[in-house]
Amino acid sequence: MLSYDAIIIGGGTNGLACAAKLQSAGRRILVLEAGVAPGGTAIGAEFAPGFARPALAHIAHQIDPRVMAGMALVKHGLTFISANLSSTALSATGDHLVLSDAAGGRIDGSVSPDDSASWATLRTQLLAFARVLAPFKAITPPRLAKGSGNDYLRLAKLGLGVRALGKADFRELLRMMLINVADVLNDELGDDRLKGLVGFDATLGSWLGPQSPNSLILLLNRLAGDCDGRMAALGLPAGGMQAVAAAMSTSVVAMGATVRTDTRVNRLIIENDRACGVELDGGEAIRAPLIVSAINPKTTFLTLVGPQHLDTGFVNRVRAAKSRGAAAKLHLALTAAPDFRGAALTSRLVIAPSLRVVETAYNAVKYNQVPDHPVMEIVIPSAFEAGHAPPGQHLLSAIVQFAPHAPGQGHDAARAAMLANTLAVLETYAPGIGALISHAELLMPYDIEARYGLIGGNWHHGELSVEQMLFLRPFPGIAQYQTPIAGLWLAGAGCHPGGGISGAAGWNAAERIIKVGRI
Amino acid sequence: MTVDPRLHYQTPLKQTHFHPRTMAANRMNSWGPWAGYTTALVYDDEAMEYTAIRNAASVYDLCPMVKYRVTGPGAAAYLNRLTVRDVSRLSVGGVHYTVWCDDAGKLVDDGTLFRLGPDDYRICCQERHLPWLYDSAYGFDLRIVDETEQVAALALQGPCSANVLQVAGFDVSSLKPFRMASFPFGAGHLMISRTGFTGDLGYELWTSPENALPLWDALFVAGALYGLRPIGSNALNLARIEAGFILTNLDFIPVQQAVREDRARSPLEMGLDWMIDWDKGHFNGRRALLAERDGGTSKWALVGLDIDGNVSAEGSLLYHNRKTEAGFITAAAWSPTTKRNIAIAQIGRKYASGSNLWVEIYALRELQYAKLMVPVRVVARPFFNPPRKRATPPERF
Repeated sequence: MLSYDAIIIGGGTNGLACAAKLQSAGRRILVLEAGVAPGGTAIGAEFAPGFARPALAHIAHQIDPRVMAGMALVKHGLTFISANLSSTALSATGDHLVLSDAAGGRIDGSVSPDDSASWATLRTQLLAFARVLAPFKAITPPRLAKGSGNDYLRLAKLGLGVRALGKADFRELLRMMLINVADVLNDELGDDRLKGLVGFDATLGSWLGPQSPNSLILLLNRLAGDCDGRMAALGLPAGGMQAVAAAMSTSVVAMGATVRTDTRVNRLIIENDRACGVELDGGEAIRAPLIVSAINPKTTFLTLVGPQHLDTGFVNRVRAAKSRGAAAKLHLALTAAPDFRGAALTSRLVIAPSLRVVETAYNAVKYNQVPDHPVMEIVIPSAFEAGHAPPGQHLLSAIVQFAPHAPGQGHDAARAAMLANTLAVLETYAPGIGALISHAELLMPYDIEARYGLIGGNWHHGELSVEQMLFLRPFPGIAQYQTPIAGLWLAGAGCHPGGGISGAAGWNAAERIIKVGRI
Repeated sequence: MTVDPRLHYQTPLKQTHFHPRTMAANRMNSWGPWAGYTTALVYDDEAMEYTAIRNAASVYDLCPMVKYRVTGPGAAAYLNRLTVRDVSRLSVGGVHYTVWCDDAGKLVDDGTLFRLGPDDYRICCQERHLPWLYDSAYGFDLRIVDETEQVAALALQGPCSANVLQVAGFDVSSLKPFRMASFPFGAGHLMISRTGFTGDLGYELWTSPENALPLWDALFVAGALYGLRPIGSNALNLARIEAGFILTNLDFIPVQQAVREDRARSPLEMGLDWMIDWDKGHFNGRRALLAERDGGTSKWALVGLDIDGNVSAEGSLLYHNRKTEAGFITAAAWSPTTKRNIAIAQIGRKYASGSNLWVEIYALRELQYAKLMVPVRVVARPFFNPPRKRATPPERF
C-alpha cells in the first residue's frame, strides 16, 4: 500500500493549493475530496438540459499570484475571456454607469464632473491602501504570544511598506481602516448608483451592511485581489470558474499528488493526542504523519476531531466563531438574451441602486427575514462565449443578497419568497425577463451549507470581518494554521486570509507546515 | 403560597433544610454566609465543638455545598474530559476527590465525585459552575441538573460517628472509606457515604428535603449518649487544617474568579499532581499541564508548615533567610490535637524544599501588634492522620 507524508482533507481551492505546495516541496500528498470532483465552490454541473450550472463563485479576482505561478495554472489550461471585466451599475431607467479598468479607472455614463473627480481621488487612495495591505494576505499571521515563531524581518518590511504611504496617507489609513464604507462614500460622492455599487461590493459575501462598522476593510480586501497581475481587476475564466477548478486539479495530479474524489472523511484517528490518520465513510482507515484539514474549521473540530479531544474553552471558541452567510446564488436558464434596458451583457451587472437599498436589504436578514428588494451581482457567461447554454439561449448567474441563513418562516417558504422578490427586482431592471425563464434555481445559504459544507452558508467558511481577520482568524490561538492536536493543521478559507477563489490560505498553510511542521 | 421571585432581595441569604433545628441550637446566635445560605459559625462553644469532632461525634449542616447531578450514557466520558482523574476507575457506590481545570491547566475548583449508578454521578463542590459544566457538555450525551436545593445533607464526623449510626439503625460497619450505601428512611431513603472534611472517622448523610428534620432528630436521639453536638464552620475549619485539606477561595482562587492574572494555580502547584491521570486520554488542560510538568514551569508549591511557638500565623508572609519574600500562608492554626502550630502555605517553587524559611507574624496583643520572625519547617500533610479514619469495620468507642 502506498504511504503518504500528508493527507489533505477537502479538495477545494485551498486544499489543492496546499497539496501543490507540499507536493512540490517533495512530500507525497493524498487529497481526499467528498464531492465528485475537486474544486470546492469552483465546480459546476448541469442544472437544466444544456445549461451548465456555474460554480458558486463566478468571477475570479482573488487567485493568489503564488498559486497562479506555482501551480502553472495557465499551462494547465486556465485562460481568461476577460481579465479586466467592467462593472455596470444598473439603473431602472436605463441610465446605467459603466465602470471599467480595474475597479472604475474609467466611468462611462451620466456622472457629474465633480463625482468623476472625487471618485478618481478616492479610488486612487483606496487602491494605495489595498496595495500596502495586500502582502499581509501572503503571510502566516503573527501572534502576540511568546515563542510563536513570528517572521519579524518580513513583518518589519510589511510595516515599513505601510509607513511608506507618507504621513498624510498613513494617518488617513488609520482613520479609515475600521470605518464603515457608507460614511466614506457619503463623505466623498454624490451619485447614488456609484455609491450603491461600491457599497454592494464592500459587503458582498459578508454579514454586514454598508453602514455596519468595519465594512470598509472588506472593500480594501477585495481591491487587494488581482486578475492576471492587474490589481483590483475582475476576471472571467474561459469555461467559467469550473476552469479554475479543473486547472488546479490537473496541476496537482501532474505534480504527482493523489486525489481521491467521492471520499468523505468521517473522523480523525487520534492516538496519544496526535492526529495520525483519517477514517473514511466506509470505515477504511488511511494513516499519515500529518493531517491537513482544508474544510470548515467548525466541522474539523466539532465533527472530525470531536470535543472529547479538545478543551472546553477551545470548543467554546470554535462554536462562537461567527459564520453567518447572507449570499444566495441564483441560476436562470433563459430562452433568449435578456434586455437590461440596453446595458451590455458582457459586463458584470450590479443591481444596487443606492446605499439605502443595500442597507435596507441587509436589515431584513438581521431579523431572519427575506428582503423585499434584494441586491445582486449578475454574470451572463453565455454572453461572453459559447458552451454555457444551448445556442441562442442564455445562462444567468447571480449572487443575491441578503438572504437569511436561518429564516423565521422556514427554509422552503423563505426560498420561494427570496426567488419571487429577486425575480420581481429583475423584472424591473430587465422587463420581460420573467417570460424568458425556462428553469430557475436559487440556493439559499442553508442550501449552500448542505451542498458545499460551508457552515451557515458563509462562503469564507467563517465570516470575514475585522474581529475574525489576521491573527483572529478563525479565532485567537490557532491563527498560524497549527491546531492543539499534534499533527493536525488547518488550511481552509476559515483561516487567514479567508475565502474567495484564491488558494492563499492553503498556500500559506503549506509554507508554515514546511517551516514549522518538519515532515 | 408561591413566593414572588422578584422579592428575592428581601432575603439575601436562604435558610437550609435544617434551619429550624440549627436556629434552635445556635445559642451564640453566630451566623455566617456560605454559598448564599445562613450557616452557623459557632453554636455554643467552639472548643467543645472541635472536641466533639476529635473525641465524640459531631453534626455539620452541609446543605449549602453545591451539588450537580450528571446523568446519561455520556456521563463517564464527559467527567473524564472535565476532571483530571480517571472516572472509569470509579465503581458504582464509590466516591473520589478530584479537581478540574480550564484550557490553561488552572484550577477551576475541587470537589468530590459520587458514582450513584452506572450512568449517574453527583459532583459536590464549593463554587457554582453551571455555565462551565454546560459548555463542557457540548458533544456529550448527558443531562446536568443543579440539585443543591433538592438534597439535604449532613456531615456526621468523629470517632463515635459509626456508633451513632448503629444506634440510629444504620449498619455501616462494612462501609469502607470513599464508599457509600443506601438505607430506607422515612418515605424515601438515606444515602450514607464514608467521606468527610475532618480527616477523622466520619460519614456524610444525603437525603431528600422532607426527611431533613426527621434525620436530625433521629441522629440526636441516637447520639445523646455519645456526646453528639452540632458544630459550626469555625470548629470544622480547625479540623480540616489539621487534616491538611485545602478549601477553594481560601487556599487557592478559582481561575474563573481570579481578577489578577497571576492568581490562578495549576494542580501541580497545589500539590495535586498525584491525582492526574496522564494516560486516560484527553482532559481539560492536559496539554498545558503536560507542558508545565515536562518544562518544570510550575511557579508555586503547596506545603504544610510546622511553626515554632503557639501564635497562629494566618495570612502571614514567608521569607527565605529572613529577607526574601518566599510565599504566604493561606490557613493556619494552633492544633489542639497534635499540639503543634501548623499552617498551609503557597510557596515559591524554589523555596519548597524548606531550608532557612521564616514566617513574619503580626501578633495582635491588646491593640498593639508584636512583629515576630519565627523559623518554620516544611512538613508532610496531613498533620493529623489517625488509623481510625481508615479502619473497617470502624472501632467502637
